[in-house]
Amino acid sequence: NKDLFVLTYGALVAQLCKDYEKDEDVNKYLDKMGYSIGTRLVEDFLARSCVRRCHSYSEITDIIAQVAFKMYLGITPSVTCNNPSRTEFSLILDKNPLAEFVEELPAGRSSLCYCNLLCGIIRGALEMVHLAADVTFLQDRLKGDRVTEIGITFLKKLDEKKYRRKK
Amino acid sequence: MADEALFLLLHNEMVSGVYKSAEQGEVENGRCITKLENMGFRVGQGLIERFTKDTARFKDELDIMKFICKDFWTTVFKKQIDNLRTNHQGIYVLQDNKFRLLTQMSAGKQYLEHASKYLAFTCGLIRGGLSNLGIKSIVTAEVSSMPACKLNSHFLNV
Repeated sequence: NKDLFVLTYGALVAQLCKDYEKDEDVNKYLDKMGYSIGTRLVEDFLARSCVRRCHSYSEITDIIAQVAFKMYLGITPSVTCNNPSRTEFSLILDKNPLAEFVEELPAGRSSLCYCNLLCGIIRGALEMVHLAADVTFLQDRLKGDRVTEIGITFLKKLDEKKYRRKK
Repeated sequence: MADEALFLLLHNEMVSGVYKSAEQGEVENGRCITKLENMGFRVGQGLIERFTKDTARFKDELDIMKFICKDFWTTVFKKQIDNLRTNHQGIYVLQDNKFRLLTQMSAGKQYLEHASKYLAFTCGLIRGGLSNLGIKSIVTAEVSSMPACKLNSHFLNV
């Protein structure tokens, strides 16, 4: 049941806000936690879904948005590509299930990235399939932006994959 | 739908995170268990509010415990409590023979000493649920052989 996960996440963030004074510390902790979860979640994901081998970063981002997000959070963010060399993408969520019960960020916590766990999860999962990426929040509804936007920047080039295909 | 896997992984990370930032020792262990239990308490309060929004009023305490064992446990852990015992004087023992948070850990006595860490959250969950139904209680857990566990709730109003 989604409620259990969402409420547990909320209790976790509340506890972290009590333990750490600085927003950056809470954000870092959530990211690290998400990373550990992502490295394990990717196995569960690959076992449940029947995704084919991907040949491009945009295919991977599509799968994250349309299969993974749908499977675990019940939503399908839309994907946009941010640069011509197709290594930077954005996932746009107009509804964020993790923040379903959050009305606004607590006072004095304006730079808290409430859903930073998600960034860590994506980063950890990608690393387990040998893809290095930077994942951060570009826009956050809880901070007043119109939508929530997660930016994924793939760091390693795809040269090795191209080489394999040429063979 | 958030899969069970996601909650399981988050719960395990929470336990290891709480223990990583604490030092060794009995006092610290108690403090970590309390932290996890308090998180479970908050979640239990919220969950019971959502689950009982449209249900009828509970007749008595036994009715409440039956709800926890059947509907609440099914929604949270996808199965019912296997055995409920009571002395009709405020002490209830819930037995789950295949507790979802322990099945992946071991099937026997291995890692028994760590089991209590993984039950603290659930004890809080029950205590929080009961608290929002008007019952003050103390909930503890016993594990003698994984993945079975016994949760003892002691009602304090009685």
